[in-house]
Amino acid sequence: MIKSLDPRVTRAEIEIENPIAPLNELDQWETYEVFHQKKRGDQHMHVGIVHAPNAEMAFLFGKEQYGRRGLSVNIWVVKTRDVFVSEYDDSDIFDTVPEKQYREAGGYKVMAKINKYKKGV
Amino acid sequence: MYGNAYIDPSDKAAAMIAGEDSEKLEAFEKRIAAGEKIEPKDWMPKEYRKQLIRMIEQHAHSEIIGALPEGTWITRAPGFRRKLALMAKVQDEVGHAQLLYSAAETLGKSREAMINDLITGKSKYSNVFNYPAFTWADACVIAWLIDAGAIINQVANAKGSYGPYCRALDRICTEESFHLKYGHDNVVTLATGTQKQREMVQGALTRWWPPIMHFFGPSDKISNHTEILMRWKVKMASNDDMRQQFLNMYVPKIWDLGLVLPDPNLKQNEAGVWEYTEPDWDEFKRVINGGGPCNAERLAVRRNAEERGRWVREALNTSESKYIVPLA
Repeated sequence: MIKSLDPRVTRAEIEIENPIAPLNELDQWETYEVFHQKKRGDQHMHVGIVHAPNAEMAFLFGKEQYGRRGLSVNIWVVKTRDVFVSEYDDSDIFDTVPEKQYREAGGYKVMAKINKYKKGV
Repeated sequence: MYGNAYIDPSDKAAAMIAGEDSEKLEAFEKRIAAGEKIEPKDWMPKEYRKQLIRMIEQHAHSEIIGALPEGTWITRAPGFRRKLALMAKVQDEVGHAQLLYSAAETLGKSREAMINDLITGKSKYSNVFNYPAFTWADACVIAWLIDAGAIINQVANAKGSYGPYCRALDRICTEESFHLKYGHDNVVTLATGTQKQREMVQGALTRWWPPIMHFFGPSDKISNHTEILMRWKVKMASNDDMRQQFLNMYVPKIWDLGLVLPDPNLKQNEAGVWEYTEPDWDEFKRVINGGGPCNAERLAVRRNAEERGRWVREALNTSESKYIVPLA
């Protein structure tokens, strides 16, 4: 039995030689992605994951892990496997081209026309 | 809190990139040189993945084992406020372990596998936690100076190249600043208190100085191997540089309190470099390999926690659970 400086350890009556079977797959459960909102009006943001057996516990762990200093007003949790993700290798799907200037505010320049018009008047 | 990662010095630089696709390697290195982060599903050299897993995993283990020496004094903390603060700090450390395990998981090693490697002694953790916290003052010195060392290390690593590790470290560093203030407050209280309190904190400081000097690890020879790790922004600063930074920031604060450090050779020379007696690296190796005063207890306590909690975790598990690697 361990006689520890820590009374909690001594009370737990732990053998110093206590080999255990390895943890099995899923012993630590699956993961949930956690999103929080820092204050009302903000977007929810991804903050990390928790391991949990169900959504209710993921919520509790998420609150404890990411919200224990009053920095959140709202939390979402979702199973990692339910999130559809794009691949970084395919990031060219987000590429744009100069011809798409019509989508941009900067694609509309009218001052030259206005100035020319004013001069002509 | 945390000690520097232990990187096997027998690894050879050439072996690190053997068999890698040179085009992909070049693009990878270019991305890092440009200050971009690497994300979990990006291509990365095998050695980059391996070294990061080892480093982040050791860091996580250090957090969870570090909770044990500090937790030693929760039941007997002097006063209710300090008890609450110490509980909050210990909870933070365990939370840090979870954040770090998650970051390592994104590289493909499951949390179960990491815990198994911890409790069988296969993985290392920071050497300092193999020493006991004899008195309340030991817990105060740990909270101040070990966390101070950890912050130096973590702030450096937070500028590394692996996105999930950097994000975890940013979050961790914010909480560590509370630990540092809390630890300093406690040490100052003892050092400016009664004669007995001063003796207590001096005793703790004398005991903890050798482990603190060990904290950043032995001098790392700049080999091709470490050069590659630095180029990949896995290793961000040399052990000696971090030790110098620590001495520079904290020795004056310790001396301000009239406390004595047990090294007659400790002084800052004219060039601003701290000189000190070379720490006993044989002792460091002996302890890291299991021969320290608390190694056996720490792992037995951890195994006990895993074993006695197992039925609860199993009871909560549902048959449709399915593990996939976390996203980020």
